[in-house]
Amino acid sequence: MSATLAPLPFSTPSLTPEEIANRFVRLRQRPVAMEVQNLGKRFQTPQSASGKGGEAVALNNVNFQVYRREIMTVIGPSGCGKSTLVRILAGLEQASSGRVLVDGKPVDGPGPDRGMVFQAYTLFPWLTVLKNVMFGLSMQGIGHDEARSQALQWIEMVGLERFAENYPHQLSGGMKQRVAIARALAAKPRILLMDEPFGALDPQTRAQMQSYLLQIWQNVNITIVFITHDLDEAVLLADRVCVLGAADESHPGGHLKTIMDVHLPYPHDVDVLKDPRFLEIRRQLDELVHPRRPLALDRLPIVKMTQRGDEVG
Amino acid sequence: MSRTSWMSVGRTLTPRQTSLLTVLSFLTPLILWSVVSYVPWIWHPQVLIDDAGGSTAMAVGNRVERSRFVEENAALAVAGKPLASGTPVNPVFLPAPDAVAKALYNAFTTPPRRGDMWLHQSLWHSIKIIAWGFAIAACIGVPLGIACGVWAFSSRLVEPFVDFLRYMPPPTFGALALAVLGINDEPKVAIIVIGILFNMILVVANTTRLVDRGLIEAAQTLGAGNRKLVTRVVIPAILPNLYNDLRIFLGVGWTYLTIAEMIGASSGISQFINQQGKYRNYDNVFSGIIVIGLVGLVTDQVLAFIGRFLFPWTGKTNGPGAIAVWRILTFVPATLFRLVGRSFRRSQP
Repeated sequence: MSATLAPLPFSTPSLTPEEIANRFVRLRQRPVAMEVQNLGKRFQTPQSASGKGGEAVALNNVNFQVYRREIMTVIGPSGCGKSTLVRILAGLEQASSGRVLVDGKPVDGPGPDRGMVFQAYTLFPWLTVLKNVMFGLSMQGIGHDEARSQALQWIEMVGLERFAENYPHQLSGGMKQRVAIARALAAKPRILLMDEPFGALDPQTRAQMQSYLLQIWQNVNITIVFITHDLDEAVLLADRVCVLGAADESHPGGHLKTIMDVHLPYPHDVDVLKDPRFLEIRRQLDELVHPRRPLALDRLPIVKMTQRGDEVG
Repeated sequence: MSRTSWMSVGRTLTPRQTSLLTVLSFLTPLILWSVVSYVPWIWHPQVLIDDAGGSTAMAVGNRVERSRFVEENAALAVAGKPLASGTPVNPVFLPAPDAVAKALYNAFTTPPRRGDMWLHQSLWHSIKIIAWGFAIAACIGVPLGIACGVWAFSSRLVEPFVDFLRYMPPPTFGALALAVLGINDEPKVAIIVIGILFNMILVVANTTRLVDRGLIEAAQTLGAGNRKLVTRVVIPAILPNLYNDLRIFLGVGWTYLTIAEMIGASSGISQFINQQGKYRNYDNVFSGIIVIGLVGLVTDQVLAFIGRFLFPWTGKTNGPGAIAVWRILTFVPATLFRLVGRSFRRSQP
């Protein structure tokens, strides 16, 4: 944990493709922070009027590894089970098959080794910003004064020291989410799980939060699994992007399509959005996430209902 | 002012409009009551005889139906006897506002008949009954309700039977309460408890179930175990709603009061009202009824006002004032809690 963030060093676009590729070799040599083995999740669907309830497959045999201190983003079309996946990783839901290992130990229920930031902020409204950030520390039995001084450092790191005594309802969405990140990090998790954390923010705040997150990540010993449905966000933040697919002819449920290394100059910052390599990676990802469909399938069966001569173009 | 600004659907009114309507909501019945009481040609179905004239059927001070008075006078006119005269009045059970106001004043200033209680003594007795009944019900109902809201186990074990019990009208337990608890105040308290408790369990359980699951999950990912989830998340999360629930149940207590006080040796404000009814002092009856209403309304408003300061985080009260009040109110318990916690941690190796 450090005090206020130093401005990011500019990313180094001069890196050769070999140098960038070497980084992924080094990344794979790091210890595995989290391992997902043959993970499956089935839901009982409610009994319908016509017959007995069936079974829906949310996740089907997912396998991947997350290395220490990487950011892995998880992306996929709606219904691919990415939220289910992160909830299983957090231990908030039970897998139907397979298991999740953190530092080699199987996950059994939620625990402070896996912090989580939710889309819906979930700050405790009756606690001030300071007390919210202290919550995880006091759950671990850390004394009041020690918890307070640690919490203050985290609050300072997300730039909200002026708001330490404010209640959550007095903060904007972006500020709330910074408190949520500080609260999760203060409990010193091994892995930070983020479930579309910036999904409810306006685009400008969202870009700002992405930049904050990258800065925090560089200064804190933390491994991040980040769920998103935004392609730009997935590429901008990630070392590697985990692409999930929705159920199709060959797969009964959400499944792992591929894990893509993001070959971009590092450390990433928002400037990378204009890099042609970024656009190329984004295009590839788009094709994976949204496979091309015949245009005819997207045509609406609309009868013309305006007057002739009133064309819009 | 345009019509839409008073009657638009789903809009709130300005503070000015709100207070004006609040005043009107009390003023309108009072005006109606005054009109019926003071305008002689509205209602006034009876005649109070001032002078019986030649009538033998009516005497001074009698109240007779207006139609009978007219018939009697007609008969007197035919017979050539002097006519009776009187003033139109309302029946004795509808005293005028000034009579009730005087009675209210007198009830607090002139000593009651021998053996009867002062109005304030009766009232205080009633308040004690309610306070005990409410306190006992809350001591059982709140923990049980929270437990039912938190654990499906307790919910399934307790709620079906409570649901069955709450359909039994509390007065039906009156005879039983008398047999078990004697004829004094205990069975009365028991009726209030029965009236409040069963519904309270179900309402508190529901309030508890409404806690945002996200908050519980967030606390779990921060390392909160089962016990801490209840004490540090569920209970603080429900406090503002729980406070409002209890406020409502205090009001429910008043509705069972009259029945409760009729059980065994009748007592309290309802005994005052009944006694005055027997004496046909309906102005006193009205003052008793109004006093109950006033006590209920004032308690509720005071509690609502305090509630606004108790929970500064709900955002309904902004500003440092609310937070200062909160700090002052919670200083002693918070300090105690912290000290106990600290010594507890020290005592552990």
